[in-house]
Amino acid sequence: MRNAPNDQGPLVPRNREKHPVPYWPDYKTSVARSPRWPLLSLESTPTEETGPVFGHNLIGPLDNNLIVNYTQGAAPAVGERIRVHGRVMDEMGRGVPNTLVEVWQANAGGRYRHVKDTYFAPLDPNFGGCGRTLTDADGFYEFMTIKPGAYPWPNRTNDWRPAHIHYSIHGSGFGQRLISQMYFEGDPLIARCPIAATIRDRGQLDRLVAPLDMASSRPLDYLAYKFDIVLRGRRQTMFENRPEGM
Amino acid sequence: MVQPLDRILTETPSQTAGPYVHIGCIPSFAGVAGVYPEDLGLRPAEDGARGEAITITGQVLDGTGWALRDAMMESWQADAAGIYPGQPGADPKVSGFARFAADKDSGLWTLRTIKPGRTQTRDGAVQAPHIAVWTVARGINIGLLTRIYFEDEDNADDPLLSRIEQRPRAETLIAKKTGDGQYRFDIVLQGENETVFLDI
Ligand SMILES: [Fe+3]
Repeated sequence: MRNAPNDQGPLVPRNREKHPVPYWPDYKTSVARSPRWPLLSLESTPTEETGPVFGHNLIGPLDNNLIVNYTQGAAPAVGERIRVHGRVMDEMGRGVPNTLVEVWQANAGGRYRHVKDTYFAPLDPNFGGCGRTLTDADGFYEFMTIKPGAYPWPNRTNDWRPAHIHYSIHGSGFGQRLISQMYFEGDPLIARCPIAATIRDRGQLDRLVAPLDMASSRPLDYLAYKFDIVLRGRRQTMFENRPEGM
Repeated sequence: MVQPLDRILTETPSQTAGPYVHIGCIPSFAGVAGVYPEDLGLRPAEDGARGEAITITGQVLDGTGWALRDAMMESWQADAAGIYPGQPGADPKVSGFARFAADKDSGLWTLRTIKPGRTQTRDGAVQAPHIAVWTVARGINIGLLTRIYFEDEDNADDPLLSRIEQRPRAETLIAKKTGDGQYRFDIVLQGENETVFLDI
């Protein structure tokens, strides 16, 4: 049988050793929320190889500017102005075009605008904390925002989250779906964070730490950080379309 | 020495979505209004979509049996003819994608959509009707993928269900019919009746 014309190929299996361990007692909530049975491993099917496609009409002009998108341009948020930019690629190094990148974060004082965040650091009336954009034809994206503050959280008695921006990336197939966090170069709280420590491969954790990118910063305006993201790749071979055994 | 592999990159590691995932993915649920006109993933199938309208409800339960109040889920599915949105001939009224969250008080979630058709794999196998569901929350370090199948469909030859060695565990992927077009599907993260999660 022939593949559908837009068949982009099966997904490369996920290397789970490069991801956080599900069960990590220092991150206490993970203890009761991590499966005990092994995952059922299978070659991807169209269910995982296809996924939602979001059009440019979804994205408003201020969606990727968290400094002003909550007030729709009326007043800027408080905090250190930063530009975060990077490229979404797959494991073969190809840019992932037109894919949805969503971010959310605390304000400069470490407080989230969320009904369940009760930290006493004040809300910023001009900061919502979410943004989104589509990557361009080569996979590049950027946001303007303020640097989020560190915040304490109930886990061990005195745990603090390093400053971070939460990321959600779609890719071109539902099986590429990824949620992660971006940390900032030089933050001493990263090494003390039990959530960061769920990634046992130190080299992999380093990949979540965005370097300060002075060349992309703008004098008298903002600093820049670079954050590249790699999604699962796809196998592509001319042997893929043949019936089994041929 | 050997030639370097051209597959040179490794996937970015996951991190938990945390308790405030709603801000980024479904902001109005978090109480963040005015940034976007509406949340993403409200309508996997619009009015007029072909197929049977169905409602699936359930909870996400932890290893103690407690329903998570902070889980967020996404679903992806084919249309009633078994064609995935974006592929030739797909029903234009089916986006196939939904986002929904556990209720802050009850932990109940609801997915309103249409029942998908049978789909074909690359090698010609036929998959029973199913909806892929991806669950994230505080304490879940990498999103958990599973599938909702339906007890009133013929699931006998489904290639994925057939791969579950312990047959009773396959039941964890089958939504129970509770009424006309109504189904119940609980996601059990751990322990007795733990849901089969997928590495696919
Ligand atoms: Fe956070």
